[in-house]
Amino acid sequence: MKNFEYVRPDSVAQAVQALDRRGAMPLAGGMDMVPGMQDNVIIADRVVNLKSIRDDGVRGIRETDYGLVIGALTTLTEIAEHPVVQSHYAALAEATVEVGSPQIRNAGTLGGNLCQRPRCWYFRNEHYNCLKKGGPRCFAADDDAENQYNAILGGGPAYIVHPSNCASALVALDATFHVAGPDGPRAVHADDFFVLPTERLLQENVLRQGEIVTHVEIAAPADGAKSAFLETAERAGFDWGISGAAVSGVVRDGVINGPRIVLYAVAPIPWRARDAEALIDGKPLTEDAIRAAGEAALAGAEPLSNNGYKVPLTKTMVRRALARLA
Amino acid sequence: MPEHESTPDDTRADLEEEQADAREPDEDGAASGMSRRSFIKGVGGTAVATAAMSGATETDAAEASDGPDGVRVANITLSINGEAHAVSRVEPRTTLLDVLRNRLEYTGAKPVCERASCGACSVLLDGKPVYACSILAMDAEGHEIVTVEGLLDGDSLHPVQEAFVEEDALMCGFCTPGFVVSVAALVAENDDPTLDEVKKALSGNLCRCGTYTRVFAAAQTAARRVREGT
Repeated sequence: MKNFEYVRPDSVAQAVQALDRRGAMPLAGGMDMVPGMQDNVIIADRVVNLKSIRDDGVRGIRETDYGLVIGALTTLTEIAEHPVVQSHYAALAEATVEVGSPQIRNAGTLGGNLCQRPRCWYFRNEHYNCLKKGGPRCFAADDDAENQYNAILGGGPAYIVHPSNCASALVALDATFHVAGPDGPRAVHADDFFVLPTERLLQENVLRQGEIVTHVEIAAPADGAKSAFLETAERAGFDWGISGAAVSGVVRDGVINGPRIVLYAVAPIPWRARDAEALIDGKPLTEDAIRAAGEAALAGAEPLSNNGYKVPLTKTMVRRALARLA
Repeated sequence: MPEHESTPDDTRADLEEEQADAREPDEDGAASGMSRRSFIKGVGGTAVATAAMSGATETDAAEASDGPDGVRVANITLSINGEAHAVSRVEPRTTLLDVLRNRLEYTGAKPVCERASCGACSVLLDGKPVYACSILAMDAEGHEIVTVEGLLDGDSLHPVQEAFVEEDALMCGFCTPGFVVSVAALVAENDDPTLDEVKKALSGNLCRCGTYTRVFAAAQTAARRVREGT
């Protein structure tokens, strides 16, 4: 790991000031940052430790008139174990508890989870100068590539999948991310926070240099609102998911309204399956409707040479997740 | 390490900071992030003399007014197994595991994957298991660290350690300290875990020999010992 300058800001304002220059990177739980720096994949000249920030609101979980506010420095363990998250924001609780291991969740934070870098092993190998690192090409797109974990939707020119399952859950819950930066605070809908490689190659979200996520806000669930998240991984517990789905909607008398279906680990961003949502909106959540939604969600899938298995697998994830709302 | 040598620029920056400090006195030496000087006092804690700090950090004088300054090396104090340890001249890139093993000779926590994946380096941070390989030593300041050595009560083994002996829960033993730490955290919170709860609690530790069944048995035996006070 290259040495760097280490800054301990007192406040969000100081953190933003310290981060407002090239080569400066924020550090929260460090579960992605520190191994990434050890592998020379994440390179920082200056690391700003956000955990020293003492401002209210950047850590902990608060219920407000609007709903729920989660500080970006809240650990994943705190979120997964929080009774209100478990009872009213099930998709988030179910996603959080799947993140890494107890050790990762004890140190890792929500903000860090949302802003972690991709796991594509070409990206993670310092010897592959891939598109995501400013290089000339995406190695995962080659026919003989080890691309079994890469994108089947929304890929190109890079074929990473977004690594954060909490991101999919928060898109399903229509959360708002609050960001602080050199130009002041701004609020970004979870839907708009993550961007495709066609828009930005070197990062996976809209954050500008010097900006950090300070807290995440989720509206209180309407009467009858339900949500669920599930994923599948090669090793239950610990591993990143290879496919998953976060779903939400208001379910009354068996009819679902305002559904959101967000696919995990299959696209460079949490992937809204809007056609599938439209197909079931206002309809009874029957077995046939759920099956049709699963088909519609993957209708546009374009697998790479070694990840065709993700298509049927993800259909199953969608079906099982929707069945939990019925 | 030439980058740590005092330079005229550093001296000038020090003077500027001294003046800044005089305008805005730092309360009780806590890390304020406002100036390098007050920051170092905070990082160093009260147990470490701030002598030798002058010129021990590198700051570009031109950046001095550009937000809070950082450090490239600092004296820190870590609380390990209930004891305060002063560690001098630590670079920010130094991990907690590095300091434990190479500066303080707590060699219980093992370096294996060094990328937050295998659990051999597990220690308790404020009672919860974390990967010491992926936590910066500077980030561990102000927290209570317990290593596998800290589970001993004098010469007596911890109930979890007793249970590992009783169940013969190790083969090569390299992953064992990490497992013991994870089990200790589990049984402190839950003295009657189901097998499924044990598996979840230990999902962040790998055993390449594959002694999982014995480790799970040891966890349940440890829980029983804690429950029954034996």
